[in-house]
Amino acid sequence: MKYALSFILNGDRTEVGIEAHWTLLHLLRDRFELTGTKEGCGKGECGACTVIVDGKAVNACLYPAVELEGREVLTIEGLTDAGGDLHSIQKAFVEHGAVQCGFCTPGMVMSAKALLDENLKPSEEEIRMAIAGNFCRCTGYIQIIEAIKTASKGR
Amino acid sequence: MEEFGSVGKRIPKGDARDKVTGRAMYMDDLKVPGMLYGKILFSKFPHGKILHINTSKAEKLIGVRAVLTGRDIPPIRFGFLKDNVPLKWGKVRSYRDEVAAIAAIDPDIAEEGINLIEVEYEALPGVFDPEEAMREGAPLVHEVDARGNSIESNVLQLPWKLVAGDVDRARSGSDYIAEDRLKATWVTHVCMGTMGIIAEFDLRNNLTVYANTQIPYLAQRDYSDALAAMGLKGSKTRIIQPAIGGGFGSKLDTYGQDYIAILLAHKTRKPVKIQFTREEEFFATSPRQPAIINITQGCTRDGKLTFRDVSMILDNGAYASWGATTPSVMMMPISSLYKVPNIRYIARCVYTNNTWSQAMRGYGNPQATFGIECNLDHLAEMAGVDPVEIRLINSNTPGEVTPQRFKVTSCGLRECIEKVAERLDWEPKHGRRDGRGVGMASLIHVGGGARVYKSDGCGTIIKVDDFGSVDVFTGATDIGQGSDTVIAQVVAEVLGVEVEDINVVDNDTEVCPWDVGVHASRTTFVACNSAIGAAKKVKEQILELAAGYVETQKDKDGGKREIKLDEDPSNLIIKDRMVFSKRDPETKIPLGKILRGSHYKTSGKMVMAEYFYDPDNENLDREFKGNLSMTYAYGTHGVEVEVDRETGKVKILKYVAAHDVGRAINPMLLEGQIYGAVCMGVGYGLTEQLILDKGECMNPNFRDYKILTAKDLIPVEPIIVETLDRDGPFGAKGVGEPGCVPTAPAIVNAIYDAIGVRIYDLPITPEKILRALREKEGKKTQ
Ligand code: FES
Ligand code: FES
Repeated sequence: MKYALSFILNGDRTEVGIEAHWTLLHLLRDRFELTGTKEGCGKGECGACTVIVDGKAVNACLYPAVELEGREVLTIEGLTDAGGDLHSIQKAFVEHGAVQCGFCTPGMVMSAKALLDENLKPSEEEIRMAIAGNFCRCTGYIQIIEAIKTASKGR
Repeated sequence: MEEFGSVGKRIPKGDARDKVTGRAMYMDDLKVPGMLYGKILFSKFPHGKILHINTSKAEKLIGVRAVLTGRDIPPIRFGFLKDNVPLKWGKVRSYRDEVAAIAAIDPDIAEEGINLIEVEYEALPGVFDPEEAMREGAPLVHEVDARGNSIESNVLQLPWKLVAGDVDRARSGSDYIAEDRLKATWVTHVCMGTMGIIAEFDLRNNLTVYANTQIPYLAQRDYSDALAAMGLKGSKTRIIQPAIGGGFGSKLDTYGQDYIAILLAHKTRKPVKIQFTREEEFFATSPRQPAIINITQGCTRDGKLTFRDVSMILDNGAYASWGATTPSVMMMPISSLYKVPNIRYIARCVYTNNTWSQAMRGYGNPQATFGIECNLDHLAEMAGVDPVEIRLINSNTPGEVTPQRFKVTSCGLRECIEKVAERLDWEPKHGRRDGRGVGMASLIHVGGGARVYKSDGCGTIIKVDDFGSVDVFTGATDIGQGSDTVIAQVVAEVLGVEVEDINVVDNDTEVCPWDVGVHASRTTFVACNSAIGAAKKVKEQILELAAGYVETQKDKDGGKREIKLDEDPSNLIIKDRMVFSKRDPETKIPLGKILRGSHYKTSGKMVMAEYFYDPDNENLDREFKGNLSMTYAYGTHGVEVEVDRETGKVKILKYVAAHDVGRAINPMLLEGQIYGAVCMGVGYGLTEQLILDKGECMNPNFRDYKILTAKDLIPVEPIIVETLDRDGPFGAKGVGEPGCVPTAPAIVNAIYDAIGVRIYDLPITPEKILRALREKEGKKTQ
């Protein structure tokens, strides 16, 4: 079954034909070649695929593409401004050593973004809870949390 | 204090910008035009005969381009003992065994095709416990070896035995002796980016492989051997590495899926990609090796260690990869952690029908250190010596030659122990048994490469362009640890330029020089020493070009004046992208100008140099002795825990990790290595376990395989001890693995201090704690 879907992708109005069983992750990675959003498990367990839909962090691997109608999606590619300048969260990740292999990073950054958009000055506990679903095997999370703290201070 | 420009600075990782913006391409992101998708059918039995495979339905499926079984392929053998083949025929020995494979135009069709393949098996009795597998009459996992000689027993014919001094005599002369048996189970790497490979042939049968491997140059060789077996002798292999989504050892070998992708690509004349799903990553990649550890140590009345006697049984699983060689590294802590004059170690690796193991961060060291450090606490208690004290009494020292003939150059172990004790507030906190406790454990690891192959070398090529930008081509592989950054830092330091001027190229065997791979925490030590060697040569060339260089410059008032650099290159300095004479530091000429000058003059010159660094360390001899590494890394971890006697839950209140790193070239990345390794090590101690039931992986997902999350955050406090190693690059030693080595025993010891039970079976789950508490109570009331 094919559907015509119209939604906003990283600020751009977008119309695309999709199949009923597509996930948002499939739509992003395979249809739009926006490979910044990663697949770590495909089952909603690791957070590598985190993107923001209407202001909320979601696991793109579980999110049915058909549900996107009329909604607004922000992916890691949409975070950097037109001039290529990094978002303050991205900057903080770079400067705090929050990135090692980097596979978890886009998802982690998007979870942080959703948090900071909602909560200007989150406590450490709130930061930890916001990224509890984003697994990282390299960093032990400490520098990631520091980075998110710094980004929240800069606001 | 020496003043450095780049070394010692908290410089962000070179590729961090690409990674935070989603630009970095990983294996899963790569597509090659015309690419097919490969998929593997794994065995349905842990041990069985393959009677018949029917692929006809799969072959007829539209979109399927090739189907392969063990019948269709040439004799390619791989693995440490060459006991493995890409597709099995005749018999399967584990659930990981590859039985058939498909290439199709999309992943869904490949999957559908796999489901259409019919395999008839005859189940054979399996062995899943290494001790049972050793018994006479146990079913044989392999009946013949790679050469076709018949095999009588499941015990691998590997002579893992190390003896120094006289253990039996030392034993009878000891005042105290502690004996323990401990068990460590399977844990796995859980790289966030799963394993993947794309294989592609050109018209001349040259092979290009995209792979997230940790050993591009050794893999190149393995693949070339496979090409020869395919009748393509002389075909070239090129390996390109995309960004690697984590590497903790699982990518240190070549695997069935690699050869399958190559075979499918050759058969279809199309690029073929095989990308593991998360489930496959869990059950079909190689975990850390489980170990049954029997250990006895003795000491004198005043706490001096007299001997260490260790025997181990290691569940090798169905095939031999590097897991089978971990005893060679276990020997290191067994012989050389603390001063112990008499050593005996014997290890037996046993084939079973379980998954087969591989190198994983620490390469056997975490298992061995778990045994040593838990048993040492036990011994200290018997001898009435404080755990900190017994470690200080027996601490390694610079200048020591250990029983395995390791030459200790720099050694900060004593300082690590003292600092951890101090930071933990040991004295008042230890020995209270009130539900809170402190514990510690130390480590030794190779810190200056490790000569496990004939070579421990790494090559570097540096070329400098017209503007003073520097391209560094290194054999080293960045798996996220930051070799791209520390290499840039040391080169910038030597050349007197900025880190931003350095571009590190490290991902293509066609342009980069050779290296043995990213293992043994060797990259900072070996690759940086190699890069420094090349940078020094480049610097010499630049200074020669600069010597006597004449330039007309404008002064402030608009007049012109001629300036000239010193004629003697040894009097020249490059700093902040400028060249000047020592005697006249105010007269500077931009580096770029000198470089351009050399390109535009007659009989010009290009600035370029190569260097191959192979450390002066030794292969272990027949007795497994020799100075394996140029230097050794030390560390001590201390932990304070709170144990809930009702629920058995362990809470980590404080975690102190002191590491002798020689020198911190980049403290920020270094701390990242420690944080990450401790987190993995705590998982090893408390939560992680690949659960196998008769060889079948029961938890191939993140829900049931528990890696730590931000919710479980471990409050790690790193303590960096700098001992400035004489052979290290700017004094540095390796640190990638050490952080996860002493973690589990430090926790075991802290739990004992809190509640008086020693849990010797990893992971330390609440159930095990409750059971141990119950047993203890039972004993008391009896
Ligand atoms: S890929 Fe979506 S949660 Fe893991
Ligand atoms: S940086 Fe490697 S998984 Fe997070």
